[in-house]
Order: sequence, then C-alpha cells, then structure tokens
Amino acid sequence: MDAVEIRSVVKRYGTVTALHGVSLTIGDNQFFTLLGPSGCGKTTLLRLIAGFEAVSEGEVRLFGEDIAGLEPNLRPVNTVFQNYALFPHMSVLDNVAFGLKMKGMDLAAREARAGKMLEMVHLSDFADRMPQQLSGGQQQRVALARALAPEPRVLLLDEPLSALDLKLRQAMRVELKQLQEQTGITFIFVTHDQEEALTMSDQIAVMSNGRVQQTGTARQIYEAPANRFVADFIGETNLLPVEVETVVEGRATVVLPGGHRVLCPADAATPGRHHLSIRPERISLSDAGDIRAVVERVIYLGTDLQILTRLPGGTPLHLRLQNSARIAAPSAGATVGLHLEEGAARLLVD
Amino acid sequence: MAVLPAKSHDTGGTARTTPLLLPTWVVIGVFLLVPVLLMAVYSVLTKEFRGGVIWEFSTAAYDQFFVTRGLFGDEPAQIEWTYIGIFWRSIWQAAVATLICLIVGFPTAFFIATRPPASRGIWLFLITIPYWVNLLIRTVSLKFLLRENGPLNEALMGIGLIDGPLPLVNTNLAVQLGLFYSYLPFMVLPIYAAVERYNFALSEAASDLYASRWVTLREIILPIVKPGIIAGCILVFVPSLGAFLAPDLLGGAKTFMIGSLIEEQFKGSQGNWPFGAAIAMILMSLVLLVLMIYARSAARGDAK
Repeated sequence: MDAVEIRSVVKRYGTVTALHGVSLTIGDNQFFTLLGPSGCGKTTLLRLIAGFEAVSEGEVRLFGEDIAGLEPNLRPVNTVFQNYALFPHMSVLDNVAFGLKMKGMDLAAREARAGKMLEMVHLSDFADRMPQQLSGGQQQRVALARALAPEPRVLLLDEPLSALDLKLRQAMRVELKQLQEQTGITFIFVTHDQEEALTMSDQIAVMSNGRVQQTGTARQIYEAPANRFVADFIGETNLLPVEVETVVEGRATVVLPGGHRVLCPADAATPGRHHLSIRPERISLSDAGDIRAVVERVIYLGTDLQILTRLPGGTPLHLRLQNSARIAAPSAGATVGLHLEEGAARLLVD
Repeated sequence: MAVLPAKSHDTGGTARTTPLLLPTWVVIGVFLLVPVLLMAVYSVLTKEFRGGVIWEFSTAAYDQFFVTRGLFGDEPAQIEWTYIGIFWRSIWQAAVATLICLIVGFPTAFFIATRPPASRGIWLFLITIPYWVNLLIRTVSLKFLLRENGPLNEALMGIGLIDGPLPLVNTNLAVQLGLFYSYLPFMVLPIYAAVERYNFALSEAASDLYASRWVTLREIILPIVKPGIIAGCILVFVPSLGAFLAPDLLGGAKTFMIGSLIEEQFKGSQGNWPFGAAIAMILMSLVLLVLMIYARSAARGDAK
C-alpha cells in the first residue's frame, strides 16, 4: 500500500495560492524527496502532511486513510524540523523520550527505548546533556532520534541538513539513507539542494511555483527532464533556443543557433520553436566534430575543466571535461570542434 | 599558568572602567543606599509625640510590632498579633491580586505576542494607555464604578442578574480588583517579552510528538516562559504588598494593609516615625527574603 497519497491538494493563504492542485503518490519504505527552490511549496506540502496546516482543497491519505482533518498530534507521522526545535528545558534523553511519554509509555520503557535511539545515532554519552550544549550536528541527530523514537509510519524531514557544514552534510546524507533502509520507515525529505536529492532519494518530486514538475528516480529526472524548469534546476545544462524543422519516425531534425543541424528523439515535439537541453559533460572536444565554436574562457575546477564557448551567432554553450593529462585544454580564442554524445541533447516541450 | 595573564587583563579592565561607573554608584548611593540607611536609622530612634524623632537609640518600634504587654504595658510580654495579622492579610491580598493579574495577564501577553509584529506595538500601547492617568484618579474612578448605585450594580440590576445592589466597595474583592487594575501591565510586559522570544516551532514539535494543546502549554510553553511569569509575579506582588491607595480607597477597616499602616505613621501629629520606619524595614526584609528564595531556586534550575 502507498504510504502517502496526495490528491489534487490546493493550499491558499488569503489570496496567495501556495499549492495548485498537487497530486503525488509516495510508496512505502521509500526515501522520497521534495525538491525545489525556496517558495516552491515543498515545505507547505510537508506541513500539510504533518498537519500543521490544513488543506484548502483535496485529500491527504496516509496508508489509505484520509487524514486531512486530523490534528498533528493524532497523525502517526513525525517531523525533523529545519532548526531541530529541540525542547531547551529538557535533557537530550527527555527530548527523545517525549513522544513516547505522550503516547503513554511508562518511564522505564521509554527511557530504555530513548537510550536505544540515542545509541543508533551515536549519542549515548550525551543523554544527560541539555540540547544547547551540543553542536549543530549532534542536535540534528537528537532531532532525528526524537522523531524516530515513537516509530512513526512516515518521517518528514524539513531541510534537516541545511544548517550543517559541508563535510557533516555529506556524512549525514549517507547516514540518513542507511537509517531509512534500516528502519523501513518512509522518509519524506524536503530540500532545495539537488545534490542532496540525487544522492539519497529513491524517488524525487521536483516542484516549482506550487506545482509538481516531474516525479521520478534521480536518473530519470537528470537524464530525461520533463521541461525547461527541471532541466535547468537539476544539475547544469545548456538551454538552447532551437527550431525543429521536421519530425520523422520519432526523430526530430533540430537547427541549433548558428545553423548546425542535429538529430534527436522528438518525444512529443512538433515542428516549431523549442528548447534543447544539452548537459555540459555530454559534450566532448573533437577535431572531427562538426559543430564549430569559439572558446571564450577555460575555468579550472580541480576535477573538471569548464569551457565556455560561443556558437556562431553568439549563443553561449559550456562544456565540462574531466581534468586529465590526456586532454590538452584549448586556449581562449581558439575555434574547436564539438561532438555531442548519443542522447546528450533533449528536446523540451513547454 | 594561564590564570596569570587573564588576571592582569581583568585588573586592567577594572582600572579603566571604574571612573566611567562613577555616575552609577552615585545614583545607587543617593537614591537607594542613603534612603534605606536613613530608614534603618529612623527605625531605631525614639519617637517624638508630634511626629518626627528624638535622636536617641531605642528598639521600641520593633518591640511595638512584635510584642504586647497588655493595654497598660504591665502584663507579661506576649506576641502581638495585630500587625502580623495585617501583614498576613496584605500578603494574602497581594497574592490574590497577583493571581488575578496572572490569569488575565498571561493570555493577554500571549495574544499580543502572537499578533503580526507590526501590530504588537499597537496592542502594547493600548495596554499602557490607562496608565497615563494618575493612579489616584484611576482608583477613585474604580470606586465610583463599584459603589452601590454605580454603573456596575445598575447594569447588573438592569439585566436582572441581581435584585439589589451588591456591596462591592469596602470588600477584599474591591481591594484585589484595585490592585489588579493598578499593576496589570507589570504582569503583561515581562510575560510578553518571554513569549515573544518563544520559538513556536517548539509547539509544533510537541504536537507532532502527540502532545495535545493543553499538554503542550503545560509541558513546553509554561516551563520555557517561566522566567517571564516569575518576573511578572514579583513585579505585581511586591508593589501590591506595600500599596496603600487601593486598600485605602476601595477597602474599609477590615481590609487594612501594610501600606496604609505605614502611611498612617507618617501622617499628621498622630504618627510614629520610628514605628513606620520599622514596619517598612520588616516589609523590605520580607520581600528580600522572597526574592532570595526565588534567586536560589532559579539558580538551581539553571544548573539543572
């Protein structure tokens, strides 16, 4: 059975509409990510599932049961808050045991379980500390242990890693994913960080302007973006305004800025003006390449070289090459030949 | 080893800041220490019959407060209950007034602190507006409102809730109401300050963890804003204890409070300055004792 089912949910704040009829299905035992820029409605959606906000229209179902009218304390769902929201007047152990206490578990049982949860997040030695005596990363773990202790059916995480520094954030990504697999609880994770989304998620829903733009696995979203927004938001891409000349047997002949023609899968495209998304790492330098471009600048990024070029007519196109001894970096001003890998270009129909 | 440089640094800091602190010491000295010392000295002088004092050491004032030797002073010493009774009543009245202030003030402060930031200032302003009018005038007005043919009784009779006027003036209730009305902002403001700093994500976290609204209030909100509540209670209780306007105007002989007792000792030729000073000293010691107990428990709470 699906863990969470969201059906045509609309959320309005006065005259502002935060969610325009969102529908999503989140399977059980999944790491599901809501990804989008700030203000896209992802946090609102999370708060609707948690029960902090009421839906204006639509249904929120949890394992088949409509929970749209339930108070947050009656939903078998727990949340890890962005700034952790640990109770400052309670010890770490009491924080973790709070949900169990509210569920009526007796003192000995809940302290044993809270202790176990702290063990799971490697904080057993900190049980008697107060939250403000812990570092950000430790507080984050306490928040996680607190939300997992009552064994929720769904765990909601609202940008829980955004306050941590880079190293810690990277370590926590792996840990979160492991924790999800270990507990078998459905995690719904909200983030604006696409790298975070790509590394952890089983499924990603990309949101913008109160709508779900695309749902799919990391690979599907990265390699087959549904529209310009998704292509642009996930990873780096070149978005070129192009003209589709003809569509024959699912293959479209596309005229690039500068006049060069390429063939690519047409999907639903019809002849006319569209956008073409080309991932920078899917373009290579090749003397035999028939797309000619002028190198404007070469940026050294350590593992990669970023090469900014311009097509004839001035449209910018950038590419990324792996930094290797075998590649001689072109110099600025040189004219180079470019080769598009198979499947590198994707027509976007808006 | 590390103590030495730190210490010399400290001394340097003190040397630099001492002259700048001088105005503070002058203000504390002139307006706090000297008056209290003066009062302490007056409380151990001999009374002069037309008011004022004779500069002669005497413990008669304290003796008069605590001990009785009968009407003519020839019986064995016993504990004098009259003044202790007045103290007890004052504490009771102040406590009830504080409680009313808390019951009304907490929701008020909570309401204001949860308004949009732009309108909070307006609400606070509205709370303080009545206090632009002199306390005496407000207390007298309250008396007019409460008297037998005053608007309150008229209204209650008008809607048929009561048959005859309620005797409201000269009761404990009137005094408590007067004290409540005099000191409500002292309750509202500190609680407001505490609630405003309260992170409402904590309430969400509590309800997320299966706590009902009441449990959230009891387990999360109240413990966290407790310092504000205690500050408000002290700010209402202490001046209520020594108040004399409300008990004088709204209460009768049966509701006599310490403030009035002290006031009487300094009024006209019937007064007894050393006795008044002694009562004030005893009152102050009592208040200090309460504050010290609070500070102790607060410190223990922090350590925990």
